[in-house]
Amino acid sequence: MSEIAKTSSSAASRPLLKTLTPWIGFLILLLALPNIFSSNSGLYTMNLMGIFIIFALSYNMLLGQGGMLSFGHAVYFGLGGFMSVHFMNYIEDGAFVFPMYLIPIFGGLIGLVFGIIIGSFSTRRAGTVFAMISLGVGELMASSSLIFVAFFGGEEGVSGDRTTGPELAGINFGQDIHIYYLIAAWVFVTVTLMYLFSRTPAGRMANAVRDNAERAEFVGYSQRKVRFVSFCASGFFAGIAGGLFALNFEIVTEENLNALTSGTVLLMAYIGGVGFFIGPIVGAVLFTLLQSILSNYTDIWQLYVGILFVLTVMYVPQGLTGIIVMHSAAWRMKRLGSLILPYIRIGIPALAMLAGIAAFLETIHHVRTAFEGDTLMSLMGIEFDSHGVVSWIVILALVFVGGFLTRMQLRQLRDAWETANKPPAQTEGSGS
Amino acid sequence: MTSAIELQDLRKSFGPTEIIRGVNLTIEEGERHAIIGPNGAGKSTLFHLISGRYNVSGGSVKLHGENISNLPPFEIYRKGLSRSFQVTNIFPNMSVFENVRCGLMWVKDYKYSFWHLVDRQRELNERTAEVIEEIGLTSRQHIPAGVLTYAEQRALEIGIAAAGGADVIMLDEPTAGMSHSETDQAIALIRKITVGKTLVMVEHDMGVVFDLADRISVLVYGEIIASDTPENIRNSKAVQEAYLGAEAEE
Repeated sequence: MSEIAKTSSSAASRPLLKTLTPWIGFLILLLALPNIFSSNSGLYTMNLMGIFIIFALSYNMLLGQGGMLSFGHAVYFGLGGFMSVHFMNYIEDGAFVFPMYLIPIFGGLIGLVFGIIIGSFSTRRAGTVFAMISLGVGELMASSSLIFVAFFGGEEGVSGDRTTGPELAGINFGQDIHIYYLIAAWVFVTVTLMYLFSRTPAGRMANAVRDNAERAEFVGYSQRKVRFVSFCASGFFAGIAGGLFALNFEIVTEENLNALTSGTVLLMAYIGGVGFFIGPIVGAVLFTLLQSILSNYTDIWQLYVGILFVLTVMYVPQGLTGIIVMHSAAWRMKRLGSLILPYIRIGIPALAMLAGIAAFLETIHHVRTAFEGDTLMSLMGIEFDSHGVVSWIVILALVFVGGFLTRMQLRQLRDAWETANKPPAQTEGSGS
Repeated sequence: MTSAIELQDLRKSFGPTEIIRGVNLTIEEGERHAIIGPNGAGKSTLFHLISGRYNVSGGSVKLHGENISNLPPFEIYRKGLSRSFQVTNIFPNMSVFENVRCGLMWVKDYKYSFWHLVDRQRELNERTAEVIEEIGLTSRQHIPAGVLTYAEQRALEIGIAAAGGADVIMLDEPTAGMSHSETDQAIALIRKITVGKTLVMVEHDMGVVFDLADRISVLVYGEIIASDTPENIRNSKAVQEAYLGAEAEE
């Protein structure tokens, strides 16, 4: 399921079990996770992860699969969420009888409806025009959310209660573990559906239009309609994620459809790798981990995420999944082991440099924000004076010496990489 | 019987510059027709007008007697006219197999379906494999099209255009930039895929033109100055002066 371009006619004849193995593994992982991380914060993080996985994958139907750079994908997520939470309240009031666990379908349909409306004009062009329209629509929705208080609930948002309505086998989803399994089920179903979508004529032509929209027109496809179909599907799945968000948090606020959320989903998809189906999953997992773990240790965690994003864009545009896939050639030739030592040799000074940079940022942050006279700060259990000359010398030494040594080691890594990848007529695979 | 392609007083201007200046041309069904002419004569522009890449400024294009002027490319394709490009125009990040399959999906009636899985469509995949066999890329079918050699990309270009079985095939300089042996292979390929079909091609290599074409039209400064059999074109004084002779002088 990792590499879309590779599959072809041979996939049809491939034994069914082999095709299903990653999916069975995925299912087992989803079922097993709450037994490994059973704490409340663990469940909280995993629930958020699941929602973001669906959201990021739906985003990648646009960016990675269809070549549409959207700055307003939160619109479908947020509207799906708002409509869902209102619907939950109607269920609570007894206006409808509808099981809560199916709320995400409702969110999805809302996302689909708005996908159809907005897609009908925004998919006319790709590239800059599409990006600008998505930004405009995103801003429009975000500002209306503060104007139409009756619907969007103003700054405090709209809250609901997921424990009402018809129950499923006596479960009312009052406990976190129940909502985890509900989200896991939705993640499994939607991830499967989104993968299958990429294997349909509509999904394949989305790739073709991304690669070369003009040529697609000369094999019978209207690029606009191809984009439109992907756009609607993407809105549908984003709406499902929004519905799950409403169920999980029982509150949806203006923040869920503003530019911040649109930016977050772009970040997740890109860091994970937009060229691979599983890229956004990796990105969503990593982002959620950074958000929930890193934020316990530092106030400036968003700065680190931002730096990570910039570094990804600059040095590994194929994303983290791309880095992993890059090693597959060496892996197949059983030469991966020869890279371990070179990685350690460059890893140690690189870690020192990164530690230095982090210490630099944290110390500056401390100097700027700590109370007057409070100069003592602590990093990784080490206490030091944030105004002291010695501290600064150590920090700068870490950065520069680490950086210099990292540079020195680059050459041996490059050589080792080339040796490890020297082909016996090896072909380079690139994802689509 | 109506002719495959009929151009009536076809015109195209870019701003004040008229590139195609009233072209009248009839290409019969089953004919292999070559369009030659000096650089800048408007051969590629003429191709773009027929295939729908450009809108026409005046006159009309008829395909099997039906007016197709100013239709979008995908609708012209659906009416049975398929083309290749002078500058290689493929789907670089998709595999060779997928490139060809993209050229087949519409004619196999999948349209924008999101309820068929492409890998499970036996007939579609078998036909794709056949086309790849024909263009000689079977051993390369799983690699991304962008990393093929130039000659291979040219073959793929023709393969995508021909895959759907359109009855009018237009090739824009199919052998440009190829070595002698590659050109010979390309000619054999073109012969094979155009059996029983109408072929319109722009070509600079006179060897290829006189080898393949049933009829040749000479386009000079946006006008057809002669349209005849290869034999007569070779002997035509007007053509020699306007084109062949001019080239010999260079």
